[in-house]
Amino acid sequence: MSTTETKPAPPPVEKIKIKVDGREIEVPKMTPDWQGKMQPTTMLQACALANQDVPHYCYHPKLPIAGNCRMCLVEFGTPMIGPDRQPVKNEDGTPKIAKSVLPYEPSTPRGAIACATPISPGMEIYPSSPATKQMREAVLESLLINHPLDCPICDQAGECKLQEYSVDYGKATSRFVEEKEHKPKQVDLGPRIMLDDERCILCSRCVRFSKDIAGDDALGFASRGSRNFLTNFPGKKFDNNYTLNTVDICPVGALTSKDFRFQMRVWFLKESKSVCTSCATGCNIVIGSRENKVYRYEPRENDAVNSSWMCDAGRLNYKWINSEFRLTQIKGPKTEWSLALRDIAETLRKAPLGSVAMVASARQTNEELYLLKKLATKLNALTDSVPRTGEGDKLLVNADKNPNSNGAKLIGIAPAQMGSNLPKIAEGIHSGSIKTLIVFGEDVTKCGISADLLGKLSTLIVSDILPNKTTEAAHYVLPGCAHAEKRGSFVNTKGRVQRFMQNTQPKGNARAEWEFLHELVYDVTGQNGFVSIEGLFNQMAKEVPAFQGVTWAALGDLGVTINL
Amino acid sequence: MSFTVPKELETELDELITHYPQKRSASLMFLHAIQEHFGFISPEAMEWTAKKLELQPINVYELVTFYPMFRTEKLGKYQIKVCRTLSCALGGSHALRDHFCQKLGLDSTKHEPQTTKDGKFTVEFVECLASCGTAPVVMINEDFHEGVSNQKADELLGRCK
Repeated sequence: MSTTETKPAPPPVEKIKIKVDGREIEVPKMTPDWQGKMQPTTMLQACALANQDVPHYCYHPKLPIAGNCRMCLVEFGTPMIGPDRQPVKNEDGTPKIAKSVLPYEPSTPRGAIACATPISPGMEIYPSSPATKQMREAVLESLLINHPLDCPICDQAGECKLQEYSVDYGKATSRFVEEKEHKPKQVDLGPRIMLDDERCILCSRCVRFSKDIAGDDALGFASRGSRNFLTNFPGKKFDNNYTLNTVDICPVGALTSKDFRFQMRVWFLKESKSVCTSCATGCNIVIGSRENKVYRYEPRENDAVNSSWMCDAGRLNYKWINSEFRLTQIKGPKTEWSLALRDIAETLRKAPLGSVAMVASARQTNEELYLLKKLATKLNALTDSVPRTGEGDKLLVNADKNPNSNGAKLIGIAPAQMGSNLPKIAEGIHSGSIKTLIVFGEDVTKCGISADLLGKLSTLIVSDILPNKTTEAAHYVLPGCAHAEKRGSFVNTKGRVQRFMQNTQPKGNARAEWEFLHELVYDVTGQNGFVSIEGLFNQMAKEVPAFQGVTWAALGDLGVTINL
Repeated sequence: MSFTVPKELETELDELITHYPQKRSASLMFLHAIQEHFGFISPEAMEWTAKKLELQPINVYELVTFYPMFRTEKLGKYQIKVCRTLSCALGGSHALRDHFCQKLGLDSTKHEPQTTKDGKFTVEFVECLASCGTAPVVMINEDFHEGVSNQKADELLGRCK
């Protein structure tokens, strides 16, 4: 039933033998390029296969190759061919290698840019040789000529390639005695991006991203020579829904996010692998927080979902997690978890079959929805979720704004037409046949069940993160957790089951929904389940047909695709 | 400021595009023609050009700012181009430019082209004007002047009405 990323059966891979730093390895002749097309393997890719990282700035595996930073220069050689067109051999019978040298100065090695030079059989690459090191030092020195020495106030510090390679190949002092070229600073490129042209090393990653990935050819280099600088067209704002990706791929501190700049030094951030909840695409992200406050989302590479990118709207949709209005205490007759849950269980057990209805959110995790479904089955409750639609685009944004609509449908909380049971629930409350309503993570007053109608209920049990009209009307409010504060899994629009990890602690007295739902289900149904998310997921996978054969461990960091 | 292109110029430019296999290949000649007509290339002209050539404005902006021959602002009626390449530099072109600037009340320490307030003169350095044997040389608009001394410079300025 389940597969990891579906790929056509791989054709036999043609391999060629090369040497990296004197060590022979076999590498595929062809490698997929940024668009997934097969292209001759480059020296940089071959070195990576040999566990030799070649430093680079302009090269990015998901962008067209530009070859303009020169940082990846390496010394190399190819088998020497004699006048008879036969390979020349050393005395010991090994092929003689002709190192690449300057034609007019044969004692000086001539490097090639590893990012754009294809390998050939018998080639020898020397990424650790003194000549390679010298080339890197020279390139770096030239890049630093006009670069300001402002690392202490630069947001990129700590994740800056220029800084890292300067440690590896830089000089302690500059030999440059002339005046540095001054360029525009604090350039307001667009609503979310600030540019410092003096820090820019002209790698053109942002230019290529905007043009070839985002389809908004808005950035370019003006002027020439040492005055060359990155710019937008005067007066034309750099404003598409993917601009912040340029901040991620900028190897230096030239492009900064207006939202994140000067907020937090990156080495203080606690980072966890998670999934964006802003739409059904489920872009893989890394959440960065410090002292229980979330500071940023960054995309995490997953070729089956979001490549290396995410949209600006999703990326900036984290502030609600830090909201001062978060629900932190239980509201109701009992304010301690164990007592409150027992009290609620008793009410539910006493409720006549069919008199309970449930609205669960398609923003909740599979595990939570599964537990709610168990509860609903026991109580014979009518259930639904709330559809949330908006505008989609061709790249990553999905029109479905719920991160787990498919999970809600597969588990059986939501009908095939999500939201079609909501009028029935409203009507049930109106007629008095529904006396108890359980609401998780939704404000039902916005979808046809008015506050007046809620007033007719004998019991309204609500779990949410932020206060709303429904929590106001509730008899019991159970404070829940944002996805950053718990573990769980979602099923994205294409059926990718993806898990996410906990980053911060629940606020106040709040608890992860699956934890207290597990207790509640036990109290109501008498069925015991698993107290760990792993066990709970695996149990669900056994019981819900769509998840057959999937395990929590098998989800890994990148998820597993199931048939919808 | 609205940007309007006269009918004849537009016809001429449309015809120019047909000389090239791709529209974008016409960029340089297209911009030359616009500059010849307007005297300089404004941001509006760049946007109009981009539209005509099916490019993005930034592509045209890159091109215009790359070449010093393209002007982004209005220059003086008389454009004085002083050669500063080796022979002229040895022949005293820096002193000559200083002299022009001093005469016209311009700041000779500035690198970029300098225009007088009345919009009559622009003084700038250019690269080799291909008359190294008669350094220093100067071009005033389309006219070429060789072996320009300070005295000859004053004479030349005097002829500019």
